[in-house]
Amino acid sequence: MSHGEHAHTLDDPQGPPHIHHMDPPTAYHAAKFGMWLFLATELLLFGVMFAAFAVFRWKYFHEFHEASSHLNWKLGALNTAVLLISSYYAAIAVDHAQHGRNKQVLKSLLITIGCAVGFLIIKTIEYSEKYHHGYFIGGENFHEFKTFLPLYFCMTGIHALHVIIGMGLLGWVATLAAKNRFSSRYYTPVEVGALYWHLVDLIWIYLFPLLYLVG
Amino acid sequence: MSASSTTAIAGSETNYLNCERGIWSWLTTVDHKRIALMYLYTLTLFFFVGGIAALAVRTELAFPGGQIMSADTYNRWFTAHGVIMIFLFIVPGIPAVMGNFLLPLMIGAYDVAFPKLNLLSLYVYWLGAAMALVSLGIHPVDTGWTFYGPYSIKTGSAVVWMTGAAFVLGFSSILTGLNFIVTIHKLRCPGMTWWRLPVFVWALYATSAIQVLATPVVGMTLMLLIFERAFGVGVFNPALGGDPVLFEHFFWFYSHPVVYIMVLPAFGVIGEIIPVFSRKPLFGYRAVVVSSMGIALVGFVVWAHHMLVSGISDFSAQFFSIVTFLVAIPTAVKVFNWVSTMYKGSITFSTPMLYAMAFVFLFMIAGTTGIYLATLAVDVFYHDTYFVVAHFHYTIQGGAVIGLIAALHYWFPKMFGKMYNDLIARAAWFLIILGFNLTFLPQFVLGMQGMPRRYYDYLPQFADLHLASTIGAYINAFGYSLALLNLFWAMAVSKKKAPSNPYDALGLEWRTQSPPIKDNFETIPTVDDTPYAYGTPVASH
Ligand SMILES: [Cu+2]
Repeated sequence: MSHGEHAHTLDDPQGPPHIHHMDPPTAYHAAKFGMWLFLATELLLFGVMFAAFAVFRWKYFHEFHEASSHLNWKLGALNTAVLLISSYYAAIAVDHAQHGRNKQVLKSLLITIGCAVGFLIIKTIEYSEKYHHGYFIGGENFHEFKTFLPLYFCMTGIHALHVIIGMGLLGWVATLAAKNRFSSRYYTPVEVGALYWHLVDLIWIYLFPLLYLVG
Repeated sequence: MSASSTTAIAGSETNYLNCERGIWSWLTTVDHKRIALMYLYTLTLFFFVGGIAALAVRTELAFPGGQIMSADTYNRWFTAHGVIMIFLFIVPGIPAVMGNFLLPLMIGAYDVAFPKLNLLSLYVYWLGAAMALVSLGIHPVDTGWTFYGPYSIKTGSAVVWMTGAAFVLGFSSILTGLNFIVTIHKLRCPGMTWWRLPVFVWALYATSAIQVLATPVVGMTLMLLIFERAFGVGVFNPALGGDPVLFEHFFWFYSHPVVYIMVLPAFGVIGEIIPVFSRKPLFGYRAVVVSSMGIALVGFVVWAHHMLVSGISDFSAQFFSIVTFLVAIPTAVKVFNWVSTMYKGSITFSTPMLYAMAFVFLFMIAGTTGIYLATLAVDVFYHDTYFVVAHFHYTIQGGAVIGLIAALHYWFPKMFGKMYNDLIARAAWFLIILGFNLTFLPQFVLGMQGMPRRYYDYLPQFADLHLASTIGAYINAFGYSLALLNLFWAMAVSKKKAPSNPYDALGLEWRTQSPPIKDNFETIPTVDDTPYAYGTPVASH
């Protein structure tokens, strides 16, 4: 078949993978475009909870105001810093990948994943604090501030789930970097993975002031 | 594969169906055409299951009083009918089957942009379908397909499994839509400019945009309903300070646009069929395209017309009523364009054309009755009656299902390289259209007379029309069975081979052999005109 003969995969271990139905530049742009579309769906997914938060904040203004003062804004701020650092290293990883520096890609991604672990640990500390005061799901004070705490746990919980998914994704990219896979000719997974990670970060950037500060 | 020119290889034995054999070659395929067929088989199965549920409901309603089931069981049957037909059959519907099969062929590509993702979305669909079956198996849901709270929060039926299934199915829908959008942007062949795209591809594009932008909203909403039942979060539960009307807003933010996910691709199908069998260029190609995008766009801001009697403010009710009227404009543009295409054309009344013409007729009734329902004062009366049931089925069965059946007949020779029995196909068409109208025309009258929807029993004065409706439903079901058995026979048994281009059509999909080779084309084709240049010198391609 005329289109099946791109004889580059064997002698070019750092080149783009052979895809029989697209040329490499198209494959690169398609992957990026696909990820952007997926990020749009993620925004809408969280959009539901943001909309619900807006409605209930208007409806229960005093409860929401009172509730947000019960959140530990220092831990929240610390977590914001941790995620910002992680995003910085994800961006750095892309730059390294574009220059074929696989060792640095691996290192940067491991720092990103390390930050993610730190984020989850801090989140767990926050959750257990809430648990001890009966504010956690099923606790006796879960509805003390009407729908604030349920929304808080839904929003931060689903965000945490995205952090975990992002860690998996970047972990996979890191294994590719460990195999010396990237070069100036092929770095799509790093870029796409970093895009996803930036969104996870971005959502937190909105969650933090909304839940901890605006109240 | 033998060396050959760029044109289709007549009589070649190798095609996507027989190039690899065995069940494993199907389950691991990334070929969009094979994935389309696996969707087709699964969807047909669920169409029959949902149809059986419909017949159960109609049998119960044939006469006043209980017939074959208790009122409680009745609630479960009509919920099963709605959930299966919507989430498992008609939402994936035309995009998953015809879109998957045709999109790369129509734009001159070897495959969709992400073939593995395409297979994944099929598996995700199967997972969702399995979850829905689990729900039906352990404790069938009795909430109606809309899962309205607070009842959906406290009913003992397996709501979590069913809404979980809808969430998973939505994920599959998102992946397909995303794949199609990227494919249309990135994989068009040389010369296939945006204004030369077949209208079916445009319809898929508009549909995919809705799939990507609306589905996450219902996904999260159903997830919150699951949290409601699992953790008592209370966001939709008035007893805990929540708001059930908020659920309705979120639900319809998806579930109104979803009717366009169902019906826009059918518009596309009709736009392909009518020019071919009228031997005339599609009238107002750009208007047809723009109206598809217009419907998709306006469709995002009309959702609360489902809630005009749910206690929303007068101002919102007026707003949503007015914008709903606007939908009539792009829809009418399409109808006028189809009819103008047929005007003075040399029309062949082939089976696909008969379905397309029936579609235009039925959809006009659907659209016109939609105006009644958008009218505030009238909707207060009609909203919870059979009028809505009839209107809905004219759009979704008369529109989307007829569109799918039309597409199956039209592209059948391409998909399987065989011809079906045309006489039986026409007989089935007649029974389907007859049965459909007999089922749902009486329901308009029932609704106007005040017959409430979802009721297990009714007053004696409604008996005649209910009986007519039930008889219609059986004729309708018989028609569908006949049509699909006819196609199945042609596919599995018949030896009647189809040529590559039985209708002298101009679309790229007709430039390759029937059934196509695994990679669709020997080499990527090039395009220098719209696919609708019928009756002009170019038509001698
Ligand atoms: Cu609607």
